[in-house]
Amino acid sequence: MTKKDDETQRVQYLLDIEYHYAAGELATRFFTELKEAGRIMGMRCSGCHRVYLPPRPVCGICYKELKDWVPLSDEGIIVGCTVVHLPFIDPMTGEQRPVPYGFAIIRLDGASTSIYHFVDETDEKKLRVGQRVKAVFREPRTGSLHHDIKYFRLVGK
Amino acid sequence: MPRRVAIISTGQTKHRAKRRDVNVRELITEAVTRALEEADIRMKDIDAVVIGNMEPFEGFLFPELWAVEGWGGYLKPSVKFNTGGTVGTTTAIAAYYYVASGIYDVVLAIGFEKQSEGHTQTAITTVGDPIWERAIMAGAVGNFAVMASTYIHDSGVTEEQAAKVAVKARRNACNNEYAHLQMPDITVEDVLKSRMLAYPVKLLDMCPQSDGACAVVFAEESRAKQLAPRPAWIKAVATAHEQQYMGDSPKRLAAMRSQVAASRRAYAYAGITNPRKELDVAEIYEVASFAELAMYENLGFCERGEGGKLIDAGVTEMTGELPVNPSGGVLSTNPIGATALIRVAEAALQVMGKAGKRQIDGVRTALATGYGGNAWTDVMILSRDL
Repeated sequence: MTKKDDETQRVQYLLDIEYHYAAGELATRFFTELKEAGRIMGMRCSGCHRVYLPPRPVCGICYKELKDWVPLSDEGIIVGCTVVHLPFIDPMTGEQRPVPYGFAIIRLDGASTSIYHFVDETDEKKLRVGQRVKAVFREPRTGSLHHDIKYFRLVGK
Repeated sequence: MPRRVAIISTGQTKHRAKRRDVNVRELITEAVTRALEEADIRMKDIDAVVIGNMEPFEGFLFPELWAVEGWGGYLKPSVKFNTGGTVGTTTAIAAYYYVASGIYDVVLAIGFEKQSEGHTQTAITTVGDPIWERAIMAGAVGNFAVMASTYIHDSGVTEEQAAKVAVKARRNACNNEYAHLQMPDITVEDVLKSRMLAYPVKLLDMCPQSDGACAVVFAEESRAKQLAPRPAWIKAVATAHEQQYMGDSPKRLAAMRSQVAASRRAYAYAGITNPRKELDVAEIYEVASFAELAMYENLGFCERGEGGKLIDAGVTEMTGELPVNPSGGVLSTNPIGATALIRVAEAALQVMGKAGKRQIDGVRTALATGYGGNAWTDVMILSRDL
């Protein structure tokens, strides 16, 4: 029933598409604060008191509109981490990202949710859940999470 | 009051890394033809069709439109879904809703994917928000690796225990004529020594990328009794979603909130209080070896932190108390748009007693799950009893 691979003809085509994504009002405010003051801001829910990062218009859990901005620390803890060895394409540039690199889910002090970011450590024995990390900023800041914060470095303990 | 609904037949393609012998329409036709033949019906007996796939993976829009003849869409009521990894269970649940509502009597659900024709990891990365997440994402692999690290930290599961899941899947797949990765001689050692992709996830801990399609026919009570000697009755369906961002759930895999919520809702509806005792088999969307262990806990097959012990004790092996993925699961076969529907089809085959060499004796109740997007969950419970 099943024929051998390559038995039917194939046609190759390439797609090169440029996208422009609207960051929205809240992200624009967040990135302006990051660029101009070097501050990372979260949004607090008046109902459940969760502090959200990234900012968003509504708390998904209690459906309250979020209005209060609160400053967060540039330090936090690792809640999940890995060292990536698999070479794959960086979706922002189309280029292959150099491996290995450290990659973690980080909860900043003062936040209830976490963000994904790079960690300056590629030894998996040194990278573990619960470890404290601190943001390393890149100057001049441009208003981008993965540019302005170059990566997180392991601190203390 | 919903009408009673059953699955009366299923059809799958031979799944492989590259089905270059066929195009998308031929692939779909292969699965649909088998499902119709199995029930001894024709396309004119189908009242409506629900079809789904994960669209960017083939690299073109509306792949189903090119295949209308194969899935019977011409002038027939039909709708297309794309809900990511869960799309197969979404189509199954939608087909159930259509029939249960009384609007249609016989509904065909189809899922398909031809991953070999696109670029899956890059497409998956576009799931991430381009401002907050995308730059950092490492496809499905990096994402699973960070989630696995949290689960390891919480539960103390080992890489060896995860490797046992990978071995179970590829050995079970040898009994499944449709499965993609069949590895009769695979060992725990092979998994542990396979190439590191993103610590602690190694090549053999991950699911493959497959080309394949699946079709399942749903029917209301009288048609089901007429068309199938032993239909698989749908006892419960449930679906639950996570919040938007990857970092919103503190334990996205280790304590997946959507999976806990959806499974408990389905168990309550089906009157199940002890899933490990009351389910006879489970076909779960496990994606990675570590994920299956976490899902044992999330689905209530064991207590928190006991997932590793469950595989050590052989509970989920073919001969165990609750066999999980006799088909070989997603770790053996993963045509994404079809993957979750294959879980439903395999659970139905077990209930109908048609699972061939992978049949578990005396199955009365079976669980099927779908997993996708940012930790979304679908659940379906099937039973031999009306």
